[in-house]
Order: sequence, then structure tokens, then C-alpha cells
Amino acid sequence: MRYLNSIGEYFLMLKGVFGRMTKRSVLKELIFKEIDQLIIGSLGIVAFLSFFIGGVVALQTALNLNNPLIPKTLIAFAARQSIILEFSPTFISIIMAGKVGSFITSSIGSMRVTEQIDALEVMGVNSLNYLIFPKIIAMLTYPFVIALSMFLGIVGAYSAAVLGGFVGAEEFIEGLQTDFEGFQLFYAFFKTFLFALILATIPAYHGYYMTGGSLEVGKASTTSFVWTSVVIIVTNYIVTQLLLS
Amino acid sequence: MIEIKNLKKRFGDEEILKGIDFVFETGKTNLVIGQSGSGKSVLLKCMLGLFTPEEGTIEYDGNSYSDFTDEEKRALRQEIGMLFQGGALFDSMTVEENVMFPLRMFTKKRKKDLHERVNEVLKRVNLEDSAKKFPSEISGGMQKRVAIARAIVNKPKYLFCDEPNSGLDPHTATIIDNLIHDITVEYDITTVIITHDMNSLLEIGENIAFLKDGVLAWKGDKTQIFKTDDKTVTDFVYTSDLFKKVREAQNQGL
Repeated sequence: MRYLNSIGEYFLMLKGVFGRMTKRSVLKELIFKEIDQLIIGSLGIVAFLSFFIGGVVALQTALNLNNPLIPKTLIAFAARQSIILEFSPTFISIIMAGKVGSFITSSIGSMRVTEQIDALEVMGVNSLNYLIFPKIIAMLTYPFVIALSMFLGIVGAYSAAVLGGFVGAEEFIEGLQTDFEGFQLFYAFFKTFLFALILATIPAYHGYYMTGGSLEVGKASTTSFVWTSVVIIVTNYIVTQLLLS
Repeated sequence: MIEIKNLKKRFGDEEILKGIDFVFETGKTNLVIGQSGSGKSVLLKCMLGLFTPEEGTIEYDGNSYSDFTDEEKRALRQEIGMLFQGGALFDSMTVEENVMFPLRMFTKKRKKDLHERVNEVLKRVNLEDSAKKFPSEISGGMQKRVAIARAIVNKPKYLFCDEPNSGLDPHTATIIDNLIHDITVEYDITTVIITHDMNSLLEIGENIAFLKDGVLAWKGDKTQIFKTDDKTVTDFVYTSDLFKKVREAQNQGL
């Protein structure tokens, strides 16, 4: 019953977010600020993880490729498929649930604890729109982060496989192009778009409706990370089932 | 003027406000006092429209809040200034940005005019030198003054203060009390202060409502409250030794 209440409350929150809009000039400023904090601020860690995980995927494939009948192009093929279909969209999103999600929950939660949200409401500001709408718009640029992650993942795979001497550059490029379908990119970016909405709204819900003091802000951040990850994984399964099977 | 009539509010089975009638007068500092759990904060939140009372009316200058349309309610909120217990300043903004916030949200003034008004208000609360500082870089008393500046920048008709002195030393608390009182008189606004600070009572208690268990147990002003023999009031007011001694001195005609 508690979960049903929370789900209902979440959708009512979304209705409120798209309710009475904040003044356009203020909103514009907030959106740029959120893009800086949520997106630009995450590029470093995403780039680092993507490059090295791409490298590891290529290395693992190369090291387990013992059968001489299997072509070396499989290294690039496997790296491409893992990175584009799952690692970049899904696992980077789980990592972002920890980084961006916790930030959103704790920043909104702190505002709740220190009565800043009450102050907005008393002034006649739609606090849901003021706090959450700019985050949703900022997260619409999230697919660019994932595009960068895909690119760097493949660069990492190339570096590990080619520079590590497991496969030639031409073979690697050939592997990258093997059986490539544009639909796979559509699938990857479609689910990235859904994950972006999840990443912006579920942590915001946990921050906005939290009660208690600073200790509860920490607890809300943890809960928010768990639920954001769960919803991402379940959504990933459903989207994969619907689009690829 | 704000008039509340037969105000009742309950949460589940528990009745928090049990039919309160009171008039908050314009140009005066109206204090609502009472022990924790007496219903002060609930009363404040009902007046601010954050809680909906089950019964009774709240009239702002003769107009009942419950009859307002959503648009009228929003317009009323822009005539309200609120000083929260902890200040509720926006951490990510400087003092100047905090004070400018209501103006930016609700007026179409030019940037130059906004700055002029903010400087004027900051000067009024003696904080013109702290405009570029962040709330974390100033003291608790200064934060309260910034919050007062933000509350009055839009020239409100009603000012609500929730425990304005909590966490402040007696000297700073007196400064804040006097500032609130002076602004009330200067701007001719209706100020409602929720407090259980006895010094505030002595300083600025021009119209006092004493709540006990959700009921208006006593009303009067600061001179009357120290003369009353009403036991519910004296039990609350003379809790501290200092006030007991003041009472004894009064009785001895000193």
C-alpha cells in the first residue's frame, strides 16, 4: 500500500512540475546552471570510466579468444555491442544514479530541511516547477553524455586491442562495422532518454517529499539511489523486450 | 488587519486548533505565544495557506481567504513577507540575490531598479556591506536580517515571523525584535510573530494571543500580561527565575 501511495505521489509531483511555470528569464538561468552541475560536471567521470571499461571489454574478449577459427574481428564486434547496447546507456546511468541522483536528492532534501521549499511556496512560487523542471530539461542533454561515453568506450577498446597487439587496426575497424544496424543506436538512445527522465525525477521525488533532519537527507539519498537503479534496470528489461526481441 | 474566526484544524483524530478567534492589528507587532505543541505553528501555517482549516475563516482586510480564487491566493502571497525560524535563505545565492529573489520572480523592473531597491532594503537592515557574501559566510543574526530584508523587499502588507529569535544571543535578539517592530510601524503592516521568547514579549508585545492546547487562553498586551493573575498565563510567563523576580519586585511596588 505504501508503495502504491508513493507511486501516486510521484505522478502527482510530475503533474505539479508541469503546472504553473516559473518566469522564463529565471528558468533559463536555472536550466543552464543545472546543465553545468548535472551534465558538464559528470563528463570527467563518464569519460574516465568509459575509456577504461571499453579497454577492459576488449582485453577480456581478446584473452578469452582461444579458438583460431574465430576471427579477431570479434574483439571489436563484441566491444561495440557491449558498449553501445548496454554499458554506455545502462551502466553509466546506474553510475549517474549514484552521482547525479544523490546530488539531486540531497540538494532538494537540504532545501526541505532548511525550510527553503516552504519559503518558495509562501512567496507564491510553484516550488516543484522551480526546482525540478530545470533538472528535467537539463537531463534532456544526457544522451550527449552517453554518445561521448560510447565514443570513448570504443576508443578505449581500440587502444587496448590494437595498441596491446591483440588485433590489427584494419581488423578492428572491420569488426566495428560488422553487422552494424542503425536501429541499435535508436534503441540505445531511446532508452537513454527514458533513463534521463528517471534520473531527474526519482531522486527529485525522494528529496522533495523527505521529512526529518540532516540524517534523513543522507538516508533519502541512499534510498533514491536504490530506487533509481531498480527502475532503470526494470525499464531496461522492458524496453529491450519490446524493441529487440 | 487579519481576523481569524472560530478556526479549527485537526490531524486525524487529534484536534490541534479548537476554535480560535483573534484580530491581528495593522501597524502593531502581534505576538502568538504558547508552549510547544500549543498550536502556534499550525495556526501560522493555516494563515499562510499551507494548511486548510476544517472550520472557521481567515480574513485579510475583510476578505475571506477561503473565498479567494487561485489567482487571488497567489496575489495575496505576493503581499506576504515571511521570516522563517532558520532564515530559510537560499544557500546557493548571495545575500543580494536572496533579497532580490522575490522582485525577480514577480516584478518586471529593470535590473538597475532591482539593485536600487535591494540596496535600499539592505541599508535598512544595516547589511549593505554584506551584499556579495553567501549566507554561510555571515552570522546567524545577520542571516535573520537578510531574511527580514527579503521579506520586506516587495513591500508586503503582512509580515509573518516564526520564532525570529531562536538561536540568537539576547543582544542580537533584541536588535531583531526592534527591527521587526520599527519596520511594522514604518511600513504600516500587519505583523504576526510566533514566539516563546519572553524578552520579545517585553520588547514588542503590543497585541498578544496566548494559546494553550489549541485554545486562545488569554489576549492582551505586554503591560497586561505581567499584571494578570490568570494561572495558565502566569505558569507560562513566570517559568524562569528572572521573571519570577520581576514579578516579586512588581508586587513589592519596586
